[in-house]
Amino acid sequence: MQVSERRVVVTGLGVVSPVGCRLDEAWKNLLAGVSGIARLEECGEGFRCQIGGKVRTLDVNVYLSPKEQQRLDSFCWYAVAASDQALEQSGLKAGENIPCERFGSLISSGIGGLNTIAAQGLRLDQAGPRQVSPMTIPMMIADMGTGYVAIRHHLQGPNFGIVSACASGLHSIGEAWWVIKRGDADAMLAGGAEEGISSLGIAAFCSMRAMTSNNDEPESASRPFDATRDGFVPGAGAGVLVLEELEHAKARGAEILAEVTGYGASGDAYHITAPSSDGSGAARAIKTALARAGLSAEAIGYVNAHGTSTPMNDKVETKALKLALGDYAYKTTVSSTKSMTGHMLGAAGGFESVVCVQAIRDRIAPGTMNLHHPDPECDLDYLPNAARELPELRNVLKLNMGFGGHNAAVIYSRYEG
Amino acid sequence: MDAASVADRVKSIIVEQLGVREDQVVTDARFIEDLNADSLDTVELVMKFESEFGLPTIPDDVVENMQTVGKAVEYIEKALAEKGGEA
Repeated sequence: MQVSERRVVVTGLGVVSPVGCRLDEAWKNLLAGVSGIARLEECGEGFRCQIGGKVRTLDVNVYLSPKEQQRLDSFCWYAVAASDQALEQSGLKAGENIPCERFGSLISSGIGGLNTIAAQGLRLDQAGPRQVSPMTIPMMIADMGTGYVAIRHHLQGPNFGIVSACASGLHSIGEAWWVIKRGDADAMLAGGAEEGISSLGIAAFCSMRAMTSNNDEPESASRPFDATRDGFVPGAGAGVLVLEELEHAKARGAEILAEVTGYGASGDAYHITAPSSDGSGAARAIKTALARAGLSAEAIGYVNAHGTSTPMNDKVETKALKLALGDYAYKTTVSSTKSMTGHMLGAAGGFESVVCVQAIRDRIAPGTMNLHHPDPECDLDYLPNAARELPELRNVLKLNMGFGGHNAAVIYSRYEG
Repeated sequence: MDAASVADRVKSIIVEQLGVREDQVVTDARFIEDLNADSLDTVELVMKFESEFGLPTIPDDVVENMQTVGKAVEYIEKALAEKGGEA
């Protein structure tokens, strides 16, 4: 079989998020427009942004012993919990129905253990070098989520992380797709995990003026594509997919949730934090993904947008969709679930890919909440304030963009044999 | 400070750090073989002993020989006595 003929399907999904830490709960909340954003006790007076989408309902004891919890940063807890759920749904078990060395993991984080870095930096300053914890490095490195998941489930196939800021999760899924397509593994855990609720991180994003200051109305502060948007709301969690080679999934009778049909990556080569102003960077990633999938723009029934609620992102992303999809951009549907979760940073592409697969399965797309004031520069159909049933939905585009000028686009399709 | 209280405090640090049951932390229990500690655990344990008892840095060669709960208690009691003597 030629490498390019290998097809890759999704057989498991797992989530940890501000709107729920089980797939059914999170999906129900997203369709109902429930916000996971609230006041943060971590960020009081002095912080421009004092709200966030924190992970509040994860019972970490279900997944990890107290000793394991102590030795892992919280972003790794999220990676573990989402992976366990995804594996359970897929029914895959390394060493039983797939050889350990044919099963890999690519679960990324944009930053890694930022709370660990902050706490140990303080300890260095206050107590001296000999009091810095030996767990500092294993807890802070951004690849420990994917590393620990592999240890836990005996996954001996390709294992690494990708760093592309807020596109890390989606690049991971796209690259894991390639790992399977080129024959280096038959299954991969793929996605992202991030602890976006860190006082150091929030203070820093605030200094950049990237975050909202709408602290009095937490639930409506994230308002992608709305004319009054003033910055993103921090979020946290994980989204993990089990990607599996089609024939492998069929041979064991697995339920196929969707197929990954295309992936594109591109660089802006423009600015350290601003996206290329004409949207051409992200547009190239989308065009590559469409070409890989062999689909025309008109095949895309729904776009789960990056939609961060910053003035710049939403405007540029709209331009990118018009560049890539042409006039059809006005006909397709677009929404940003960050209106409810906040921006889960490196986890965003993972979590939002779970949303894409669910949209295909249930033929319905969540809306963009808090969209009441149209922005003339954001003039597409963003599914304002309500989910919409899309009975004909076959192909969904997922887009993420990261500081540094990194763009990723993945296409999920209904599996029809 | 009496001997029992040093042993009790050492024991509770070990229980917390290694996530083991109190009844596993007997005098002859070996950190690595019996209490499932790895090299990072042993470093953290030693740091916690130092800060809990206000001890000067425990030299690496001493740490290497401190393989059981009893040896740790013994060393800490001796170090505390020396510290007391200096004061």
